[in-house]
Amino acid sequence: MSENENKSEVRLPSGSELVLSVSPHLTGSDSVRRIMYKVLLSLVPAAVAGVFFFGFYALVVMLATMLFCIGAEALWCKLAGKPVMGTIADGSAALTGLLLAMNLPPGVPLWVCLVGAFIAIWLGKQVFGGLGHNPFNPALVARVGLLIALPAIMTTWPAPRSLGEPEAAMIERNVTGATTDATSGATPLGEVSTTPKILDRTPQAEMNFSSVDSDRYYWRYFLGEKGGCIGETSVLALLIGGIMLICFNLINWRVPICYIGTVAVFTGLVNFFFPGVTPTPLFHLLTGGLMLGAFFMATDMVTSPITGTGCIIFAIGCGIITSVIRIWGNYPEGVSFSILFMNALVPLIDRWCVRQPFGYVAKREVAK
Amino acid sequence: MSKSSREVLSFQGGIHPSGDGKQLSSGNPIQIAPLLDRYRVMISQNVGKPPKPVVKPGDTVKKYQLLAEADGFVSANLHSPTSGKIIGIVDVPGPMGTLVPAIEIEADGLDEAAETWPPIAWRDADPADLLKRVGDAGLVGMGGAAFPTRVKFSPPPEKKIDTLILNGAECEPYLTADHRLMLEHPEKVLEGAAISGRMLGVSNIYIGVEVNKEDAIQALGRRASEYGVKIATLKVQYPQGSEKQLIMAITGRAVPAGGLPMDAGCVVQNVGTAAAVTDAVVSGIPLVERVTTVTGEVVKNPGNWMLKIGTPVIKAIEFAGGVTAEPGKLILGGPMMGFAQKSFDVPVSKNTSGILLLPVSEALTYGSVGCIRCGRCLEACPMNLMPCLLGNAVEGEKFDIAAQNHVMDCIECGSCAYVCPAHRPLVQHMRRAKAEIRKRKK
Repeated sequence: MSENENKSEVRLPSGSELVLSVSPHLTGSDSVRRIMYKVLLSLVPAAVAGVFFFGFYALVVMLATMLFCIGAEALWCKLAGKPVMGTIADGSAALTGLLLAMNLPPGVPLWVCLVGAFIAIWLGKQVFGGLGHNPFNPALVARVGLLIALPAIMTTWPAPRSLGEPEAAMIERNVTGATTDATSGATPLGEVSTTPKILDRTPQAEMNFSSVDSDRYYWRYFLGEKGGCIGETSVLALLIGGIMLICFNLINWRVPICYIGTVAVFTGLVNFFFPGVTPTPLFHLLTGGLMLGAFFMATDMVTSPITGTGCIIFAIGCGIITSVIRIWGNYPEGVSFSILFMNALVPLIDRWCVRQPFGYVAKREVAK
Repeated sequence: MSKSSREVLSFQGGIHPSGDGKQLSSGNPIQIAPLLDRYRVMISQNVGKPPKPVVKPGDTVKKYQLLAEADGFVSANLHSPTSGKIIGIVDVPGPMGTLVPAIEIEADGLDEAAETWPPIAWRDADPADLLKRVGDAGLVGMGGAAFPTRVKFSPPPEKKIDTLILNGAECEPYLTADHRLMLEHPEKVLEGAAISGRMLGVSNIYIGVEVNKEDAIQALGRRASEYGVKIATLKVQYPQGSEKQLIMAITGRAVPAGGLPMDAGCVVQNVGTAAAVTDAVVSGIPLVERVTTVTGEVVKNPGNWMLKIGTPVIKAIEFAGGVTAEPGKLILGGPMMGFAQKSFDVPVSKNTSGILLLPVSEALTYGSVGCIRCGRCLEACPMNLMPCLLGNAVEGEKFDIAAQNHVMDCIECGSCAYVCPAHRPLVQHMRRAKAEIRKRKK
C-alpha cells in the first residue's frame, strides 16, 4: 500500500478541539423530555374517551388546564430568575396540566382550572425546587385543594353520553343524584356512599347496592359510561394507556398491579363478610379514579419510591387507604388522598428499602 | 459447575448499550502495523512504581532489549519495540491528560531482534521459573488496569486460589481486539491459560466469552480440553467483563465488598495477557506489542492492528486510513470506561485496548437536569448501589452520606450514567466522592 492511499481526505482536528469529558462516552436515548412526552402520549386514549363521553367542553378543559399550567410555570420561572424556555420544554408542566384536567369534573368552569393550575405548579411543585424535588404529586395537590375549597363545583357530575338505551334503573339513579340539575347525576361511588350500610348478611344486605353494582352495568363502566372526572371514566382507555406506559418502560408495573390488587382483595374480603357494607370488588375496580390513579398518578417517578420493593409497599399502602376511605370514609372516593398520603411516606419507605450492595452478604459469611 | 449443556451465564444489573459498534471491526483480521521511524515508549505503563530506565541517549538498542527495569515488586520491566537509537527521555502527552516521560527511539528500519530467552517446557516447570519469566517479560494486565501480572500471580499464601478465569467477555462496545485474538490465535490464549494455571497451582480454568463472539467460542472450544480449559458462555450484558461480575457469573461467588478476586478464591486475567504469557514462556519474547482496535464511525478502515508500544495514536489512525468526517472525541479504551484525550500524540501502551474516534454529533456534552427519581440507575448498577442518591449526596457535598451508602464499592462502569434520562454526570460524582473520602481518611 503506498503512502498516498493511506492519506485521508478529512483533516483531523487539533487536539484542543476535541471534547474532553468523563466516561461513559455513550448515553441511552431517553431523556426527561422524552419521558414526559411519552406519558402525554399514553394519556391520549383516556383524553379521547373523556371527549367522547363528555363532549367538546372536556377538550377545552384539558387544553386550557395545560396552557394554564405552562403559563404558571413560565411565570414562576420568570419571577425566580430561572430559564423559562428550558423549563417549559421538558414537558412536565403540560403533563401536570393534563393530569389535573383528567381529575376535574367535565363541567368545571375555566377559572377553576386556572386556580388549580397555580396550586399544582406553584404550591405542588415549584416551591419545593421544581421538577424532581416535589414530594407530592402536583396534579393531586391541586385536585384535593380544589375539592376542599370548592366542594360543590368539584362534585357536580354531568351525565355521560349513553352507549345505548339507558335502562330504567340508570335513569332512576340519575334522578336520585345529589343535585337537582337535570343534566347532572351522581357517580356510582357517590351512590354507594349515600346508601345506608347494612351490617348483617340478609338477602336485603346482598341487594343493598344493586342500583349501581350489577352485571348489567359492568360493561358500561368498563367502556366509560359513568359519571366522574374527565379522565377517569373509561377503564378501557386507561388500560390501553397503562400498557403503553409499561411498554415504554416508564412505570414500574408492580405499582398498578399491587395497588389494584390490594383494592380488589380488601374490598373483596369486606364484601364477602358484609355484603351490605360495600359493593363487589369488580365494582370497585371499574369505578372512580382507581385506574387513573394506579396507572398515572401513583406511578409518578418523582413522588413514588425509588426501589422495586419500595414501590410494592407504596402501592399496597395506596390500596388499603383507598379501600378504607371508600368503605368507611366521608368522601366517596379515596384515590387522591391515599396517593398523597403515601407520597408523604416515600422518604421513609426509601429508607427502609436501602439495597444491600454487591458483596456484603459474602463479607458477613467470611466473618462468621 | 458443569458446562456440558451450554448455559449462558450472567450477573444482576447492567445494561445493553444499543448499537455496540463491534460490527465495524469484528470481521477484520489482525493486521501487522507498518514500521514507523520513531517510537515514544512511556516509562510508566503499569500500576505501581514506574521502572528505572537502563539506557542512555545515543545507545543503540535491539528489539526486545530492556529499556527500563522494574523498580521494586509492584513494577514492570519495559522493552524496546524495535531496533534503533535512543534519542532520550522526552515528555509526551499521557493518557491521563498530563505530560509523562517517555523513552524516544529512532528506529533503524531493520526491526532486528535481540536474542530471545530460551523456551520453558512449562508443563513440568517450576512455577517460580514461570513467574520469573512473566516478570522479566514485563507483563501487565492488558485489559485496562495494567496491574503487573507477576504480582497478580503471587497471591499471599493465606489466600486459597482454586479458580483462574480468563476474561474474554470484551463487553465494551466497539472493541474487538480480544475477539480477534481468541479467534485467530486460540491455541496461544489456551496455552497461556494453562501456563497461568500452572503458575497458580490451579486446574480449574475458565475462559469467559460473551455469546456474541460465537466464532471465538467455537475456535477456543475445539482445543480447550487439550489444555484443561473450560469455556464459559456469557450473556451479552455490560459490564460482563468487570472482575466481580465475571466471577459471579461463572462461579456464583461474590467477591466481598472492598475485597479482591483472590478473596473469592479467583484470579482474573485478560485473554490478551494470557497470549502474552505464552509469548514470554514459549517463545521467550517480552511484551512490546499488542492488538488494539482502531475504530469509530468516522474511521475510514476500522480494524484491529498489532501495534508496537510507543506508537503515537495519530499513526494508528493513519494505519486505519484516517478519518472520513471530523471526529469530536478521541477515546483510549472503550466508550463506557475509556478516557477522552486531548492530544493525538498519546503513545500506545501495554493496556491500550482500543483507539476510538466518535463523530462530533456523538461527542455532544448533555446539560444535566435534576434527578426525577426514575430509578433506572438502580436497575442498571451491577454493584446494587443507589447511584442517584449518591449523586445527590455529592451534589450537596455530603461525602459522609456517600460513604455510608457505599460509594467506595462503585466500579465506575458508567451503567448508571448511560441510562440516566437527566444525563447527570454520575461517574464524575462517584469519582469525586471517592477522592474526597480517601483524602479525609489520610
